[in-house]
Amino acid sequence: MHGVQRPVSPHWIYRWEITMWLSSLHRITGLLLSLGAVALAVFLIALATGDEAFDAVSRVYGSGWFKPLLVGWSFCLFFHLANGVRHLAWDAGYGFDPKRIRASGWTVVVVTLVATAAFSYAAII
Amino acid sequence: MSLMTPLNRVLGLGTAKGAAEHWWVQRMTAVALLPLGLWLAYELLTLPGFDYATVVAWVREPVTSILLILLVVAAGYHSSLGVQVVIEDYVTGKGSRAATLMASTLAHVALTIAAVFAVLKIAFGS
Repeated sequence: MHGVQRPVSPHWIYRWEITMWLSSLHRITGLLLSLGAVALAVFLIALATGDEAFDAVSRVYGSGWFKPLLVGWSFCLFFHLANGVRHLAWDAGYGFDPKRIRASGWTVVVVTLVATAAFSYAAII
Repeated sequence: MSLMTPLNRVLGLGTAKGAAEHWWVQRMTAVALLPLGLWLAYELLTLPGFDYATVVAWVREPVTSILLILLVVAAGYHSSLGVQVVIEDYVTGKGSRAATLMASTLAHVALTIAAVFAVLKIAFGS
């Protein structure tokens, strides 16, 4: 490595644009959803254990400090779902040209924000 | 210059490890999770309450039990594959990488089976 000019990761060369932000966000939301899946598993296991265990978990999940987590997980779910459709379309060979990749990216952003706001308003807050 | 044949060099190095299956199952579970994820969001939205009796009655409905099990299995598999890729990207060092991969896979299998068992216990419980 010493003294050798190697190509470096794209984020040091290119101007950041929406495709790169959303690509990072896909991985981050995916990881956070893995934690959310743990919360869902705990919820189901408590439900199967009995009403006392369920009430204990419900108190935590229903408390004020937990609500931001639920809103955050709903954001992650809607983003990962919407952006996942984008990824599947690319895998099938569609929508990879610069113009459409940016348009679909902004569509994902709008869909995610609207869905998260509507879901959070109706089910969490 | 290496004296190894090209075949010998590539065997056991990623490309010969079943990446195609990983890629395909990641997409297959993704496609399954599209309707299942939207279904769960819709159900949580329309559930009349989150008290014990209401939630148990909801999980006990056969359609709910079946879709929940499908969701848990698809999500567990999809998450396991996704986290595996992240570990392979960021955890360097043969030993720590193998240990992290094993811990992640074991945790995914354990939690998935526990969640499936929980749904079955509620569904078949008295």
